[in-house]
Amino acid sequence: MDTASFAHSLQTWTGGGPLWIWAALSAFLIIYLIALPFGGFATYVERKVAADFQDRIGPNRVGPYGLLQFLADAVKMIAKEDFVPAGADRFLYNLAPLLVVVGACSAFAVLPLSQYLMGADVNIGIFYILSISTLVAPGILLGSWSSNNKWSLLGGLRGAAQIVSYEIPVALSILPVVLISGTLQIGSIVEQQGWAPGAENAAAYHFWNVFHNPFCFVASILLFIGGLAETNRIPFDLPEAESELVSGFNTEFSGMRFGLYALGEFAEIFVMSGMLTALYLGGWHIPFLNLDSLFVKLPSGLIALVQLGMFSIKTLSLVFVVMWLRWTLPRLRVDQLMGMCWKGLVPLALINLFGTAVWMWLFNGRSLAQLIFGIAGH
Amino acid sequence: METGYITALWFIVISAVTVPLMLGIGWLIRPKVKGSELKSQAYECGEQPVGEAWIKFNIRFYVVAIIFIIFDVEVATVFPAMTLYKSAIAQGAGGIAFIKIFLFIGLLLSGLVYCWVRGDLEWIKGAAQGIKPRK
Repeated sequence: MDTASFAHSLQTWTGGGPLWIWAALSAFLIIYLIALPFGGFATYVERKVAADFQDRIGPNRVGPYGLLQFLADAVKMIAKEDFVPAGADRFLYNLAPLLVVVGACSAFAVLPLSQYLMGADVNIGIFYILSISTLVAPGILLGSWSSNNKWSLLGGLRGAAQIVSYEIPVALSILPVVLISGTLQIGSIVEQQGWAPGAENAAAYHFWNVFHNPFCFVASILLFIGGLAETNRIPFDLPEAESELVSGFNTEFSGMRFGLYALGEFAEIFVMSGMLTALYLGGWHIPFLNLDSLFVKLPSGLIALVQLGMFSIKTLSLVFVVMWLRWTLPRLRVDQLMGMCWKGLVPLALINLFGTAVWMWLFNGRSLAQLIFGIAGH
Repeated sequence: METGYITALWFIVISAVTVPLMLGIGWLIRPKVKGSELKSQAYECGEQPVGEAWIKFNIRFYVVAIIFIIFDVEVATVFPAMTLYKSAIAQGAGGIAFIKIFLFIGLLLSGLVYCWVRGDLEWIKGAAQGIKPRK
């Protein structure tokens, strides 16, 4: 199985040209065709899902079923008055949405959309995604502090405390995957999760990481919980908390500045779900089917499309669960939130790490699937 | 491999350009309205804002930040060792790698236990021990 970045694929498909142009074009295409449209369209889906859960109709005026609502919203937000509160620190107030959008959209670079469509399959992929998505935390803190509003400041402080605290269980829940895969390169991590009965070189593939061992199953759930807290979603939406803090950290942000915050938030949800899909749920792989070992050799463009579809199905299902939880769970209190992180998730994540390491040592690195089917270790 | 880093840099550049671009388009097409002093006040539910929001905030946020820094540095330093664990097992050196990794993580864990026993993980410090705040 050969893995190629999106830039290389573009170069192959079009037949030439300097690579840096294709690199720029691939970044442009992924941001403007996937990240931002998803962020916009997710606002519509969020409202429609909310309406369904509450037995309402939801947006239905713009386009069939209200499908074009997000375009109307975008036009409205762009054309709105640009408002900066009187006492604000103007430089930081302008900088804050930028940090949120850069943090959320740049993380798309290492999402494994398909083996031919990865933006940048760098060998420190996990480091990159962890560090760049942390930019959202200063974005929220600076935005809240600079707008010189007490509600904003409270929301921002809570947000900063929450995001940095939940960073620890998230990082500790990623470590079992690093133990199993022995690499930080996300493309390679996904590749190792492909497995089909009778595949050649079966020792190198260990099926989805979530089924590698029982500890990994728990770790994937911890990663999802941590991701919810990182993206400020219910039940962890204390930084926004409409019912107590007006709108939390973005109270003084209106028009397109608010729109950018919303875009960044939804893009981050996609990144979080995509990362869970890539690390634990097999990424682009179709269960029990290996596209490379079919009777006919499929063209790389078709494989790319099928894999993109599979990755999207898994990721968007997780996004739907995130929206579903919003109408299911109540909001936590601040002390419960911090207690749950430091006294619940962090020790549990350490136990998972320990358990995975012991499993690797005992069974010579073999996964549950490999043990069941009696595949020898390497 | 360098292509990957160049592409990642392009991602950062393009997403950073997007923000001024959208705000710039807005500046071009929106009707120009003159703001007023009353309108540009901070929104505090219709009340007159009293003083600034740039106040001293609770020390507990610093404690959380300090605990986070220690943990995050330790997690970052343990990543490379984790990457080599699989090949260590393949070479039959799993035991020594396991002991080395978890000696380090044990230190991390003892830090957590220390904070827990000291009560730094309580959001309201001393509440669990029944210590009342001073009147």
